[in-house]
Parts: sequence; C-alpha cells; structure tokens
Amino acid sequence: MIRLFKSLRQAGILGMNERNARFVMLHNKRSNYPLVDDKLITKRRAQDAGIHVPTLYGVIEIEHQIRGLPRMLGEIEDFVVKPAHGSGGNGIMVITDRHGGNFRLANGVLVGMEEVGHHISNILSGMHSLGGQPDRAMIEQRVQFDPMFEEVSYRGVPDIRTVVFKGVPVMAMVRLPTRRSNGKANLHQGALGVGLDMGTGLTTTAVWKERFVDEHPDTGNPIAGLRIPEWGTLLELAARCYHLADLGYLGVDVVLDRHQGPMVLELNARPGLSIQLANRRSLLRRLEQVEALDDIPEDPRQRVAITQDLFAKNNPPAPQTVIA
Amino acid sequence: MNKLHLRLLAVLLLAIGGGATWYKMAVLGLPVTPDSTTQIWTVEARITFEADGGPSQVNLAIPHNPPGFNVLGEDFVSGQYGLARDREGDNRVAMWTARRASGNQALYYRIQLAEDANGETDMTSPTPSYPEVPDYPEPFGSAALTVLQDVREESADISSFTRRLLLRYNSSDPGENVQVLRGDIDSATAHVDNLIDILAGARIPARAVQVLTLRDRMRRAEMNTFLEVHNGSEWIPFNPVTAERGYPSNVLVWKRGSERPLSVSGGSSGDLEFAAARTVREVVAVAEQRAMQRGTSMLMDFSLFSLPVQAQNTYRLLLLVPIGALMMVFLRNVIGIATFGTFMPILIALAFRETQLAWGIFLFTSVVAIGLAIRFYLENLKLLLVPRLAAVLIVVVLVMAVFSIISHKLGLERGLSIALFPMVILAMTIERMSLVWEEHGAGQAIRQGIGSLIVAILAYLVMFQPQVGHLVFVFPELLLVVLAVVLLMGRYTGYRLTELWRFRHLILDRNRQ
Repeated sequence: MIRLFKSLRQAGILGMNERNARFVMLHNKRSNYPLVDDKLITKRRAQDAGIHVPTLYGVIEIEHQIRGLPRMLGEIEDFVVKPAHGSGGNGIMVITDRHGGNFRLANGVLVGMEEVGHHISNILSGMHSLGGQPDRAMIEQRVQFDPMFEEVSYRGVPDIRTVVFKGVPVMAMVRLPTRRSNGKANLHQGALGVGLDMGTGLTTTAVWKERFVDEHPDTGNPIAGLRIPEWGTLLELAARCYHLADLGYLGVDVVLDRHQGPMVLELNARPGLSIQLANRRSLLRRLEQVEALDDIPEDPRQRVAITQDLFAKNNPPAPQTVIA
Repeated sequence: MNKLHLRLLAVLLLAIGGGATWYKMAVLGLPVTPDSTTQIWTVEARITFEADGGPSQVNLAIPHNPPGFNVLGEDFVSGQYGLARDREGDNRVAMWTARRASGNQALYYRIQLAEDANGETDMTSPTPSYPEVPDYPEPFGSAALTVLQDVREESADISSFTRRLLLRYNSSDPGENVQVLRGDIDSATAHVDNLIDILAGARIPARAVQVLTLRDRMRRAEMNTFLEVHNGSEWIPFNPVTAERGYPSNVLVWKRGSERPLSVSGGSSGDLEFAAARTVREVVAVAEQRAMQRGTSMLMDFSLFSLPVQAQNTYRLLLLVPIGALMMVFLRNVIGIATFGTFMPILIALAFRETQLAWGIFLFTSVVAIGLAIRFYLENLKLLLVPRLAAVLIVVVLVMAVFSIISHKLGLERGLSIALFPMVILAMTIERMSLVWEEHGAGQAIRQGIGSLIVAILAYLVMFQPQVGHLVFVFPELLLVVLAVVLLMGRYTGYRLTELWRFRHLILDRNRQ
C-alpha cells in the first residue's frame, strides 16, 4: 500500500487533495469564481477581450419568457440550451434541427415545444446549477465541429480542455463523446480523453473509462497522430483566458468550429485530474516547472512560447498557421 | 507561516483537550471505560421512642467527613418534626423538634457513602491539650503507674506505647495490676473510657470514637467503640480490643466521644438501630455526585452532568456528531468515497441508533427505492423543482407512515422507529440520486448510494461504540482533540486511497517502462 502511494508520488501524479490545497485554494481567489461559474459573465468578458465565443441568441430568466422562445429564435434552426451556472456538462440540450413546431435533439429524437420548455424551467429552478440556486438559461449558437473529429467522435461536440497555470498552458486533452457518454464530452460520463502534445497539437495517448485505449471505442479508428488545426491560435486563446477571470489554476474548454475556428466554450476553476490519464503525464511536474519560473510575461504569445519551450515533446514547434 | 500557524493551533487544542481529559481522569477519578463501578453503602439510622404528648426534641449525632469514605448524600425522614443541623464540638448533630408529639415516634436518617481508601480526611484537628494526671484512687493508682511504667520501657513513641498498653490490657493472661485496672467493667465503651483515663496518667490525649462496622444487609446493628490517641500531630485510631491500628475499610466513624449519640427530651429514652446495604454504582455518577457535594472543581461544575437529564440525553447524541464528522473527513479526503451530500450519512447513522443496524439499512433502502420510483414517475408530469421536491417529501412521509403501520400490525415494533429518519434529508437524497441517475447513469447513482450507505454504517459502528459515547460525554474536551485532528487533516495533500485505483494504469505503465 505504502509502496503504491510512493509510486504515485514518484510518478508525480497530482491528487485531489493536493490540487485543492496547493493550487486551487492558493491561486484562485474565491471572489473570482462567479466570473467562471456564471457562463454569461464569462461570455461577456470574453467578447470584450476579443476572444471568440459561440454567439448568444438569448437569455431566458423567468418562466414567462419560455413562451417567447420561438420568437427569440426567429429563423435559427439549430441551437443549444444550457444553464448559466451548469457544471460538468449537465443540463445541456442540443437542438440540431427544427421540424414544424418540433425540435430534433442531437440523438435524432423529435421533441415538442413542451419538452424544451420543461427543460428550460428545470434550468431556471436551479436543477442543474451549482448549489441548486435559481438559474438562467442560455440559448446559444450550436458549434459545428471541425470535420477532423468526425471519424473519432459519436454525436455531441468534442472539446479541447487546456489546463492553464498562471497564464501558461501546461497540459491539454481532447474530449471525444462516445456512444457510452451519450454525446457528452465529460470523461466521468464515458467520453474519451485524448492527450495532446503541447508543441504540435498532435494527439498522443487516450483513456476511456479510466483504461488506456488506442482506438476509438465506437468507431475503431486509431486515435494517435491526429493534428488539431490552428494549434498555435488555440494555445494563445487559452493563455489569454487567464486575464478573463484572473484565476491562477484554470481549465479552458475550447471547441473548434468548422467555419469560425477555435471558440472558448467555458472556463473552469477546478479542472479535474483525468487529464493526467489522457496524457499519461504528471501534471504536478509541469505545474512545479511553471511555479519555478521567476517571471511570467504579460504577453500571452510569450507565455505560449514558454509552453512550447517547456512541454513540447516534438520540437521545433509546428508553424503557427493563423487562419482567421 | 500558514502551516506553522495551523500546527500551533492544533498543538494548542490538543494540549487543552488532552490536559483537561487527563486532569479529569487522574485527579477527579472519572473512569475511562463506561462500566467502572464502585461500592456504595447506604446506611440508615432508625430512632424510635415513646413521646409524652408535649414538645419533644431528638438530637442525633451524624457522621462528619468519615475517614475512608466519601459522602454522596444524606436525607432525613422527619414526618411532622422540624429539622435543624448543627455542629457540636467535633460532631455534627441533627435536631428534630416537634411542638406536640405523642405515641410511637419513628425518625430516620440515611447517608450514602462511597468507599474511597485514598479520600482525604482531616485527622489532625482538633489539637488537644495534654491532660492532667488524674487523681487515681488506690489501688488503681499504683497499678496504673506500674503498668504505664512497664509499657513506657517497651515502646518508642505514642503509637507503640498505646499499642503495648492495649495488648497488655487485653492479654489473656493479665497480670495482677491489669486485673486491678480492668476491675469489673463489662461494656466495651466503659473499657475505652477506662483506657482514656489510664492514658491520661501518661499525659497522652485520647478520645473514644463510636463507629459502625458495615456489613451488607445488616439490620438492628449497634455501635462499637474505637480509641483514638493524639501523637502531637494527628489522631491515631486503634481497635481497643485487638490493638490494631487504623480503621478497617468497612468501619464507618459515626461520632467522637463516648456519650450516647442519641438524646431525646419529651419522651422515652429512645432506641437507635442501624441498617446498611451495599450497592454497586457507576464511578461516573459517584465522582459527579461527590464533586457536587464538595463544590470544588470548576471543571465539574460546568460538566454536562449538571444539565437536566433530558438535556443530557440530547447531548449524549449531539456530542457524537463531531465523531461522525471526523469519520466523514477521513472517509472522503483520505479514502475518497463519494457520497450524496456531505453530512447526509451522519444523519442516517444517527437514525440507525434507534432502528438498529439491520432494520436501519432495510428501512433506508426501501424508503429511498420507493421514493426514487415515485420521483421517476413525477418526472413525467414535468413539475418544477420546488413543488417536485415537496411532492417527494410528502411521499417520503407517507411511505414512512405506511411502513410504521404495517410493521406494527405485523408485530415488528422496530419498524416504528422509522419515524426517526430525517425525512427532509431523505427527500433531498432521492432528488439528488435521481439527478445523478439521469445524468451519469444508474451505475453511478447506485454506486454513490451504496457509498453513502457504507459511510453511514461505518459512522454508526464507530459513533455508537459504548466506549466512544462514554468518552465524549464524560470528557467533552476530547472534542478539541477531534477538532485539532480535523484541522490537521484539512491540510492533508496526499493521495486519496481511491486515487490509487483511479491512476493505477499510470503506475503500472510506469513500472513496466
């Protein structure tokens, strides 16, 4: 037993207690949590800072407004309903299509306005929010994910989680929805976590349900060696998010839209530890490397350079192709 | 800095909590285990007399700080008599008075005593003056002087002097002189008075002490007389017949002086009889009662035993909650078990106390299962959150009531205790469980449900150990120790046990390389 603890320690695995005590509590000011816990605030601040986010179609704050949903949507065919204070991807409803008065969900099922309205009123009553306080429902653009993921994901929207420490991106993974996760990009719910090389944005190793895998469990396609497009832009985006909420230990969730490129979906003040499993790398070592730096530059680009410098496996870094 | 601060605080709490506990254990004699008991004597003096019909007064000498015992309490059964207590020389006296009394009268005095060999009793006061050598009549005088002279030569100090004298006085082969000294006295008390008179010839202060030799279930017992001599610093007791020094553990000193302990005016001379019974009682209660009697220790004044019994029982339960909280911290942060709600399992464990474990598990599982089924049905009705929670709560209460009725009809009285389950907590648990069920799947929901149940069972097993309950109730300052441990665990940054499992592949992978 003690030997096992020791080998975890030697592997430099960051545990929950250490994450909370040494990183979350030390580097994240409690008063800044609302900035990331409320996705509306995050979105507004991101827009002000010129960071790409999915377009917000509207906000529903009271029960009465639910009836106005069709008017709010106008011509829009596809959209996402999510709670402003949601956590862990809970309470998100994805509508891919409208058919007469009905809505088609991501899994292909047609539901009526009543179903969507009930989902929204559940959100308003705080069913999906942290601590159960009353919440608001956001209606926003459905991201059409980049075709590169088509082979390796099952419905839903894959996203890229980057842990940013003191403004320096330290580790990243792609989260691919599977049949098991029912289209959700959450590792606890059965999504596939794929590690990324910080230098090139190439996929490396993967974990599924806490097991190491090499192929996508649904499609059987190999996972390693896929290149995330616009990797440099993505890292810079993640690094810039540091200024949005001033959280030292931050998780940035980015989606790749096939037309609009990387967009910030949400920020997380307590990013989980599974990223270590996806990358088969110690998060603690990397965090300590950043901790040891005397000076961290203000310019996000220079911070990305630090990332490339410290954590890239395949140097030199990939050419920074910036496609708007 | 922060860490040092925390450690100092923890050490301080440990010192205060541990110190107070140690003081109560070592100095006040509070027992560490719940089942320590001690001998308690209940001694009853019964006075009967024939009253004349006029005013009557009864004086009875009663014990005062008897050596070898702790007085736990006394009571007086006085009937129509008024009662007063007073000091009279070295003794305490109870005085019963009545304006008019006739016929047979009975008065009782009862005292409760705990045996305590180490108890402190003042044996030094009062310091007597040296008696004058009495004017002995002849031939008593010359016999006494001869015997005293012989004894003095055989002894070193007052104690051994007395012992030699007593041995000689009671010898089966008394010399001529001793026979003169003994004369034709036949009562033991008179012999003691005689001895005091002889000792005065050596200018040794002595006094008679009336004692009661306690035997379990004794009735109609009478007093014996002991002899005490003063050696210049303290009184030394002797058995006047066997010459043994000191009081045996079952001898209760009732009064000093050879006069009769009972005097009656306005009636016949009265009879005095003693009865005694021995019982076994918990040391805690005895220590409490004693501390209250003495009113010495602040710590005991502010103990939970000073509360009314009702409140005591509440605290017996409440004080266990911190123990449960400690367990929660350990199970969640060190082991890493996932549960519904932070402290829900503790409340369930508290409910288990009434239901007992097996029934508790059965009732908890059935209520949650039925509640979940109904919650899933309510999902179809598309209710808003608060009304839905209220509906679940109502259903939970109804299910509990139905359970109680059915189990009562079946003659299973345990089933009635379901009423003690925290229903609001149950309703919240059901709601959360159904959310987890929907969002993370049945497996996750059931896993967390079982996790909560296991934590509740573990908490129950620890919290309701008789030893644990005894310790926190008798030594509530131990909670400071618990607090210190919780504070220290608050800075535990090591791995959780479940993380070994979670990251097992990383370790295996690494070891393979």
